[in-house]
Amino acid sequence: MNSATSKPLDLLRIFLSRHPSLRGYLLLSPTLGLVAALMCIPILAMGVLSFWQQTGHMSFDMSGTLQNYIEALTRDMYRVLFLRSLGISGLTTLATVVMAFPLAYFIAFYVKRHKMVWIILVTLPFWTSYLLRVFAWKVILGYNGAVNSGLMSLGVIDEPLTFLMYNPTAVVITLTHAWATVAILPIYVSLEKIDRSVLEAATDLGDNPFMRFVRVVLPLALPGILAASVLIFIPTVGDYVTPSLVGGSDGYMIANVIQFQFFRGSNWPSGAAISLTSMTIVAALVAVFIWSARHLSGRNS
Amino acid sequence: MNRNMNLAARILGTYAVIYVAYLYLPVLFLPLFSFNDSIYISFPLRGWTLKWYQTMLANEALHRALANSLKVGITTALISTILGILGARAVAQYRLPGQKQVVGVIMLPLVVPEIILAMALLIIILQTVGSRALGLMSITAGHILLCVPFAMVVLISRFEGFDRFLEEASHDLGENAWWTFWRVTFPNVLPGIVASLLLTFTISFDEFIMAFFLGSTDPTLPVFMWNQLRFPKLLPGVLALGACILIASVFIVLLAEWFRRRNAFDGQTGDMIIG
Repeated sequence: MNSATSKPLDLLRIFLSRHPSLRGYLLLSPTLGLVAALMCIPILAMGVLSFWQQTGHMSFDMSGTLQNYIEALTRDMYRVLFLRSLGISGLTTLATVVMAFPLAYFIAFYVKRHKMVWIILVTLPFWTSYLLRVFAWKVILGYNGAVNSGLMSLGVIDEPLTFLMYNPTAVVITLTHAWATVAILPIYVSLEKIDRSVLEAATDLGDNPFMRFVRVVLPLALPGILAASVLIFIPTVGDYVTPSLVGGSDGYMIANVIQFQFFRGSNWPSGAAISLTSMTIVAALVAVFIWSARHLSGRNS
Repeated sequence: MNRNMNLAARILGTYAVIYVAYLYLPVLFLPLFSFNDSIYISFPLRGWTLKWYQTMLANEALHRALANSLKVGITTALISTILGILGARAVAQYRLPGQKQVVGVIMLPLVVPEIILAMALLIIILQTVGSRALGLMSITAGHILLCVPFAMVVLISRFEGFDRFLEEASHDLGENAWWTFWRVTFPNVLPGIVASLLLTFTISFDEFIMAFFLGSTDPTLPVFMWNQLRFPKLLPGVLALGACILIASVFIVLLAEWFRRRNAFDGQTGDMIIG
């Protein structure tokens, strides 16, 4: 009765059972398709848009020009914002990694029981509202904030310190705190993987603890340090919330100008070109960073 | 040597305690000032009050924002977890050619700045459907994109940790593929699924950028909070709301962790973020 419908299905089933990887891709296809639809296609559309010119509200000259990229790369304002964003993110990455390393080291080598309690304790803030963690620093560093009012009521200062807020330093402080928790896990995982007998071997061969750390632990922890750096550097370059809340006009970053071009400036092609330029610059920097770190460690070991 | 070890342990231990304090103290200022009987967020504290919580509870707009966030969060959690299950199953069961690259693409939203993802989505939505498509639907789409990588990470470790011989045994005993999945695979990966649902819900519930740029005039809770920030006289109410959100997030994440680690075959995977 249903042989007419079941025959093609049977054929399909036999075909799939002979090609397991095809079956795997079939299973993976909804997930992959969704990421393609929501990320790959939109970013391609952004790429196309970046070669157009805005002529009016939602109308474009589609003839194709490099003008937006030329402007993104040559206008002083954009150069200042690019450099500032990269500088702020670089400092943030450095600070978070340097601060997280001793903690990861402590958990990996000195905590014997309750390791998981420590891990959960330090990763918990990662899952809580980013907006609130940034907002907390506005409450702390603000003109009437916790630091200023606290110092004033203690009589340390007579009037509020204005250098705490609305500058790049405030952005770095806030970002370092907001992303701290991302740095710990990758470093911890790479330290935890180190074979303890390798450390004993280094000691037996006459390395003192310091030399052992530099020559054995650090190179072996490098993958974790690199992962942490990349996971922090890339998203912070494009961060919008922190510069908007605590940066002030001196602390504006590239995301603020992207937002401006798409909304108030209503120059979409320019916004698209700036977005893609910053993505490319960041990707290139990350590639160079990873390559040179691997290269250096390869020569050491 | 031993004395050196002890000294190092003590220094690092002290550092660890200071670090955890540094991680948590700034955030605790929000609940602290939310109980302070003053419109200004400053020391010295004026005395305890619950009135900011009362004004918060009475705010109708806040109720609507909360309802929006719950709708978006639940939809996001369900869809991204289902996609995560399919993806994790495929990755754990088959050795696919080009698997590393494909999984890399799925994980990409973790490292592309959110504002660029949001703007790219905004372009495609406005160019194809128009501004009427902006709202809870478009926010949900953005959130699913952000949440799928997390669902995948949580679920892959669960699917990979689970003993495949159980499935083969079920097969040999005559169960078909569908029943094997329901009666053997599913119960074994269930804690991972619950953990994924809870984590993706939290991420969506707290997410701001997508909700801000892809939303209409009907805000989710974080965007509602952002809008309140412009008015200094509303600030204590925002602090009260923030304190509630923080407590809810912490509770949900701890619950998720508990599920994720229950009967885990590999007790020591501590990789919540990097997999």
